[in-house]
Parts: sequence; structure tokens; C-alpha cells
Amino acid sequence: MKTKLITALSAASMLFAASSFASNTVTVSGSTSVSGIMEVLAERYQATQHDVVEVQSTGSSAGIRAAKEGTSMIGMSSRDVKDSEKNQSTQEVIMAMDGIAVAVNNANSVKDLSIEQVKKIYMGEIKNWKEVGGADQPIVAVTREVGSGTRGAFEDIMGLTRKINDITVTAISPRAQVASGNGAIKTLVANNPYAIGFISLGSVDGSLAAVSIEGAAATKDNIKSGAYGIARPFVLLVNNQPAAEAQQFLDYIMGTAGQAIVAEEGYIEVN
Amino acid sequence: MNQTIAAPTQEFEFKNPALIDALNQSAQKVDWVGRIFNLLFLVSALIGVISVATIGYFLVLEGLPAIQFAGLTNFLLGVDWYPPALYGIGAMIVASVVSALGAVVIGVPVALLTAIFLAEVAPKWLANMIRPAVELLAGIPSVVYGFFGLVIIVPAIESTFNVPAGSTLLAGIVVLAVMILPTVITIAETSIRAIPKTYKEGSYALGASPMFTILKVMLPAARSGILAGVVLGVARAVGETMAIIMVMGNSTAMPGSLLDSARSLTANIALEMSYATGIHASSLYSTGIVLLVFVMLLNTSLLVLNRKRVK
Repeated sequence: MKTKLITALSAASMLFAASSFASNTVTVSGSTSVSGIMEVLAERYQATQHDVVEVQSTGSSAGIRAAKEGTSMIGMSSRDVKDSEKNQSTQEVIMAMDGIAVAVNNANSVKDLSIEQVKKIYMGEIKNWKEVGGADQPIVAVTREVGSGTRGAFEDIMGLTRKINDITVTAISPRAQVASGNGAIKTLVANNPYAIGFISLGSVDGSLAAVSIEGAAATKDNIKSGAYGIARPFVLLVNNQPAAEAQQFLDYIMGTAGQAIVAEEGYIEVN
Repeated sequence: MNQTIAAPTQEFEFKNPALIDALNQSAQKVDWVGRIFNLLFLVSALIGVISVATIGYFLVLEGLPAIQFAGLTNFLLGVDWYPPALYGIGAMIVASVVSALGAVVIGVPVALLTAIFLAEVAPKWLANMIRPAVELLAGIPSVVYGFFGLVIIVPAIESTFNVPAGSTLLAGIVVLAVMILPTVITIAETSIRAIPKTYKEGSYALGASPMFTILKVMLPAARSGILAGVVLGVARAVGETMAIIMVMGNSTAMPGSLLDSARSLTANIALEMSYATGIHASSLYSTGIVLLVFVMLLNTSLLVLNRKRVK
């Protein structure tokens, strides 16, 4: 492990040394979910000027740590930064929001669910649509695979976690069907009148119906206002006195061009 | 039999002085072509062996931490799959075994009867139409089988058995049964055709009917080939991944009946591989070890069955 780390560090420092002759390098690392949009932003940014942006997807926790320790100029997180993770030297910038829609079949009469109801459906405690105001039909809960970013965020927001031997694990019922990817969940829910699933808001189309949560429809406006609760921020962590090149990239992301890309990629712009 | 073949060859050599010359000449030189080909054969054979050894080595190396973490008994018999806390693949072992056995129960009789039909019963023109269709079945990618299952089998199960979700063990069994057909049919037909004509002629000469001959003489004579086909079919069923992910629902809970959703060992690896880290990733390698042991047991059972027959 240690030797691997040293090799990686020395390889990285050689890269830095090589690139520093030509231009400055902005290092970004963290959440796998944010990496997707960040790579698009980096690519477009590099086309406009000389600095190089290096994006590494290592996970939110690792990204937050990297920003605090200064190993990356910018850390990415696809969840709120916990109080225990905060410190004096870094600031948080929310670059975008990502909504998660709870979707049912178009034939389903249920149009609104409370957070508690969704939670109980996924824990396997509510098994019939009539318990939540629908027809007397069984519920088929569909979830993403363990480790998926969307599932992780959904579990965090809905409180669908529990502890086994002091390790946090999912509270989603093992009887729930598991589909890999937004597309697979969409197909399942679109074809099964009893199904319920959760997908990234950008993937919702006419083939299935997104239910409103606590009376608020799953729309960009409701996520911006905070009325629709199942949303997660894409947080960037930077030093209070960031390097000039990092600040410049940050300004680009938060500026009109960057935010337009965020909206283009199906996320919710914040500026 | 050997003698009848050997006699004419000797005569043939004797009458061909040109051939004897050529043989004498090549005996004096070092046979480089022969040596190169010998080496080529050896290297080719080694590639397969080395691949198996490497795969086995890395599976064990990567999988051991998870088995140590969970304990071998808990890992194999546990029915709770809650990474990163609990790693029990008992339910998945059951799902893999039941789906493969179910596929054999449905698929093998159909395949066997098809093989007999193709080899013995069908007129030539009909056999020539069915055989390419069976061979085409073997070439269809498994994701297409999965799609077929998703569009045809899953809704059919929903309406026939009146269950809310048709993505069940049964759907997996039906899809796997169709998938193993070409393997079993092709090998069984070949082994039925390989039986010496004398068996059939002897049976007819004793006054046996064609059906008696097929069922009591031909099938027992072709037994080892047919068993090989069945074992390869089971191996295909156990190893199938993509189609199974699409039709079985992949729930981690222990299936209570054939109409429950379940997750096979292969599906478990494929579903969680992309995100897993640490012990979780290691547990997926351990799942691979279990699969490898399965296939080894299958092959061993084939050896044992064939040895019994020889005695």
C-alpha cells in the first residue's frame, strides 16, 4: 500500500513537473457522480485557455479529505459536507443540484407520496398501493445496485440506512428488485404497473410518471426553492486562499458558461 | 479393425519406390517442420493451462480477505448480503443451483429428443432445416436472450401465475433452458451419430423395433457423450450472467419459491463490481472462487460418471 502510494505520488509529481513548464495545472478530485459533469467542464475550459485541469474520481469522502489536506486544489462531494469533516481552512461552494425522482408506472393512480411512505415502501413495510391511497395492488419496489451513487444519495436523504456491527448498511429490503443503471429502472417501471423506482431527475420522460413528494412536484424550480426534498448538492471544497488558477477555474464553473453546461448535462444550475 | 487397415498400407508402401525414397531422405535430415509444429502444439496447450492457473491464483489472492473477514461458513451459508457489514452468499448459491438444475430439467429432455430426431428419425431435408436453426440458437448473444426473456417470458409469467413481478427464478430457468439447448443437442447428436453401425444392425437382426433400438441400444451406447453435453449445458447455465440479470430481478433475499426474484452468483459479481472497493470488492472475487469450485465439481462428476460406465 505504502509503496503504491509513493509510486503514485512520484508519478504524479513527475507529471506536475512536466506540465508546469507549459502551463498551470488545476487538480480536482472526489465524488464519482460529480466527476462526470466536472470532466465536461474541464474539457470545455481547457479549450478556452492554457491551464490544464486534472480530474480524479475517488469518492466524496476522499475528495473532501484531499481538499482539506491540500493534495487537491478542489475537492468534489455529491453530498452535504458533515460537521465533522469541516475545518477552518476550506470553504464550500455549491456548483449544482441533482434531483432524484421517485417514479411509478403511468397507469398508477398514486400521484403523491410522503417521504415516510417512500421510506416504508423501500423498507418493505408498505406492500400494497392501497396503503398509500392507490388501488388494491401489490407494490414492486425497484432499487439500484449497492454502491451506486444515486442509491447512496437516496438512502442518505430518505434515512434508509441502519447499523449492523457498527457499520452503516442499507435499510432497503432485500426483497426489492435490483436493476443496474437509470435505463434499466426506467424500462422496469415503464412496463410494470405495480413498480416504483428512483432515477436521476434528468432521466425522467413520458414513459413513466414522477410522483410529487410531500406535495411538491419533482421540478427544477421546486428543487431550487427546497420544496422538493430528494435532491443532493454537488459541493466543491476549496482553500480560503485558493491558488490563482483554481480560483479562475472556479469562476468559470460558477459563471454563465459553466452554469450553462451544468444545465445542458441535466443538472440544476445554481446561479 | 487395425489389422484390416494396416495390411493394405504396407502393400501400398511396398509398391511405391518414390515414397520410400522420400521417407529415407526425410529420415536423414532434422525434421524442423515437425519440431516447430510440436512446439506450437505444446505452447497452445500451455496457454489454456496457464490461463486457468492464473485466473485461479488471482481469484484466491483477491478473494481471501473477504472470506477471512466474514468467515467461510458465514460466507457460504449466510443469507444476509449487506456490504460492507455482512457478506453471505447462501441465497445466491441457491439461486444459481436451482436455476441451473431447473434449466436441465426442462432443457435436457427437449434437447435429447431433438438430438435423437435429428440423428435417427427425421428425414434428411427436415433435419437439414432444423439443424441450422439450432446452430443459430447457439450464436445468439446472451443479451438478446435476456431481451427475449424480458419482453416475452416475464410478462407471460406475470399473467399466467398472477404475480406482481415476472422477474423471477422461473423466468431465469425458462431462458436458461432455451440457452442450453444448442449445446446439449449438438453434442448429443454427434455422439449418437458416432455409434458404430453394427450396434444398430445387431439390434435389428435380433428383431428389436426401431424405437427399442434407439432407447435401449443407441442411447446407452452414446451415454458418455450425452452426459458431456449435459455437463457443458449446466456449466453454461451456471456461468450465464447478462440474460439472468435482465430476467431474475436480482433481489438478495433467499427465494421462497420459483415465483420469487433471486440473484445468481454471476449476477452478484457483474452488478456490484463497478462500485465495490476494499472487502466488498474482495467478496466479489470470493463469489468467483465459489463459481470456479462449482465448475470443477461439475467436471469431476463427469469424470466419475464416465469411469463408472467403463467398469
